[in-house]
Amino acid sequence: MNKIVAKKDLAPNIKLIEVRSPEIAEKAKPGQFVILRVDEKGERFPLTLVDWDRQKGTITLIFLEVGVSTKKLGTLQVQDEILDIVGPLGIPSEIRHYGKVCIIGGGVGTASAYPIIRALKTAGNRVVSIVGARTAQLLILEDEIRKFSDEFYVSTDDGTKGHEGFVTDVLNELIQKGYDFDVVYAIGPAVMMRAVAEVTRPHRIKTIVSLNPIMVDGMGMCGACRVTVGGKTRFACVDGPEFDAHQVDFGELIKRQRMFLAEEKLALQLWENRGCSCHE
Amino acid sequence: MSEPKSKPKIQKEAVPMPKQDPKERIHNFNEVALGYTEEQAVREAERCLQCPKPQCVKGCPVEIDIPAFIKFIRERKFQEAIRKIREKNSLPAICGRVCPQETQCQQHCVIGKAGDPVAIGRLERFVADWELQKGFEIPERPPPTGKKVAVIGGGPAGLTAAADLAKLGHEVVIFEALHLAGGVLMYGIPEFRLPKRIVQAEVDYVKKLGVEVRTNRLIGRTHTIPELLKEGFDAVFIGTGAGLPRFLGLPGENLGGIYTANEFLIRVNLMKSYAFPEYDTPIKIGKKVTVIGGGNVAMDAARSALRLGAEQVCIVYRRSRKEMPARQEEIENAEEEGILCKFLANPKRFIGDENGWVKAMECICMELGPPDESGRRRPVPIEGSEFTMETDTVIIAIGRTPNPIIQRTTQGLEVTRWGTIVIDEDGKTSLEGVYAGGDIVTGEATVISAMGAGKKAAKAIHQYLMKA
Repeated sequence: MNKIVAKKDLAPNIKLIEVRSPEIAEKAKPGQFVILRVDEKGERFPLTLVDWDRQKGTITLIFLEVGVSTKKLGTLQVQDEILDIVGPLGIPSEIRHYGKVCIIGGGVGTASAYPIIRALKTAGNRVVSIVGARTAQLLILEDEIRKFSDEFYVSTDDGTKGHEGFVTDVLNELIQKGYDFDVVYAIGPAVMMRAVAEVTRPHRIKTIVSLNPIMVDGMGMCGACRVTVGGKTRFACVDGPEFDAHQVDFGELIKRQRMFLAEEKLALQLWENRGCSCHE
Repeated sequence: MSEPKSKPKIQKEAVPMPKQDPKERIHNFNEVALGYTEEQAVREAERCLQCPKPQCVKGCPVEIDIPAFIKFIRERKFQEAIRKIREKNSLPAICGRVCPQETQCQQHCVIGKAGDPVAIGRLERFVADWELQKGFEIPERPPPTGKKVAVIGGGPAGLTAAADLAKLGHEVVIFEALHLAGGVLMYGIPEFRLPKRIVQAEVDYVKKLGVEVRTNRLIGRTHTIPELLKEGFDAVFIGTGAGLPRFLGLPGENLGGIYTANEFLIRVNLMKSYAFPEYDTPIKIGKKVTVIGGGNVAMDAARSALRLGAEQVCIVYRRSRKEMPARQEEIENAEEEGILCKFLANPKRFIGDENGWVKAMECICMELGPPDESGRRRPVPIEGSEFTMETDTVIIAIGRTPNPIIQRTTQGLEVTRWGTIVIDEDGKTSLEGVYAGGDIVTGEATVISAMGAGKKAAKAIHQYLMKA
């Protein structure tokens, strides 16, 4: 169960794994995610379903190694098994013919945007994709996304590739040029999604974000992932993860994402200095 | 202790349960109640009058032949005693620990009228633990019926239904959404009240009866009920429980440092964050912890917070001590450990610091008005009585609601406006071959009532399957 059948480094600290998980592959839809636990002492944490192959019975996950859980996951090799994976979780993206859509992926969030890009293109939309990263080295899935996009833009904070600056600059420019998007999707760091929401708000463009709060069970039980949307408390795991960007309280989301920062740092330090007991 | 030699007289007091000293136990997550020794168990068993028309059995939702198993303990026939219990109850080590016996079997005990009732729960626990130590005796399996049943949810209701159905010769698969079966026994009830190795041992017993447990399957997402029926299951039992947290709906409720009891307990129990950083799941506990609510979950959360190193833990409850829904024993344990209680107070809002972390809670004093639908006196706010208390961690323990995923993904399943599933007297839902029981039907209740419902549904499912 949950055997890793392929593994690839996409960028420094960003890895792709393909995992055998036929039941999840059978049901996966764009916008959904899984919850994983790498080992007996591991945390439960969510990752977006990036791709799936119903014939082969595999799912593809992409992750940035930031904390203990993702680093542990990164140490697994082809043939290794992931202890627990449950899914698909969350409400799938609403895939239909909108007309002209713009999909923005920031950082590793680009991986989550990819299945939506694919599905919206297949549904007959005119797709404009904007992909951003801190620097060119950290850009992922460029070729894959280009394949499903009518127009494709890149931006890097340091200007090493594409536009120098932020994805919102590119979006703003397109809107100024007269692109009248029927819907904008933004998936990335919370600050980026907030910035996108602020760009589209004055133009009243329907904007959807996929939120990434802390989750534990991922099925509506704990409420760790609660977010305020339109003044109401919603659970990203079962009511989302996608919400109307103009209704989301991003300030609260960002603060809640930082709740365990000190503990996460400590755990990471201990794990990185774990000595030689784990070496084979 | 001196005992009269000539005519044995019934002791009025029950043999006390040895417990970990409060001063010690607030620093660890080991079990508080230590269990009877053989001698203590036999001595307590001798208090049973062996009534010809036992009242205690009437108070047991799973109808254990209580006098019979107690008689075996008295005769030191422990194997026979546990066998007698297991005829009706597949989870005795759990029930012996967490059943509210004082309002069930023990409430009806005849000698309870003159003194302490027989400590039936402690005796049940004793023989169950005796068996765990010695190893299970697995009953012989009946010839297979060729029928297949899907049980959704591996909590008390599901485990009981699964065990009973397996004993009748059906092929049973439990679909559990989390990574371990046990439901609330794993994620809700703390280690110091119900050790997780005990829960897993009981799950193992159910597996040894022939039940297959498939974890990490969220029915409604991984599979749906119509799919299960199409894919060869002849009947389905839904025991998905009441796992959703209730909120107060007050300003500031999403501040940092405010947990639902569910999140707090899932982290601590299921994910073992009391052993962080050995285990990866963190928990952050402040100096002044406030727990809102007066039930068993509130007690569990408060006592867990204390063990995690809080300097002060205060329970805030809107009624008075008398109306607290928690078990008396748990309230006493909490008080012994130094948990404070602020009665007749209710939060109004939470106040955060510049980082979005809770730093205080504004409350209002309450008084008790006339009784409400629940029969308890309704708390009414006293105007102008607001006060503020400092707190850096808040745990909201005001109840749980049914899990909605099955209801949302199963067409034709009749549901009440509270989200619970509608069943008939046999436990059958509005869908052919689909049964339900436990908290998903009643709303949040007890482990044993869920087990009773599982048992009843198993009986009805058996009849349904054998007729078909």
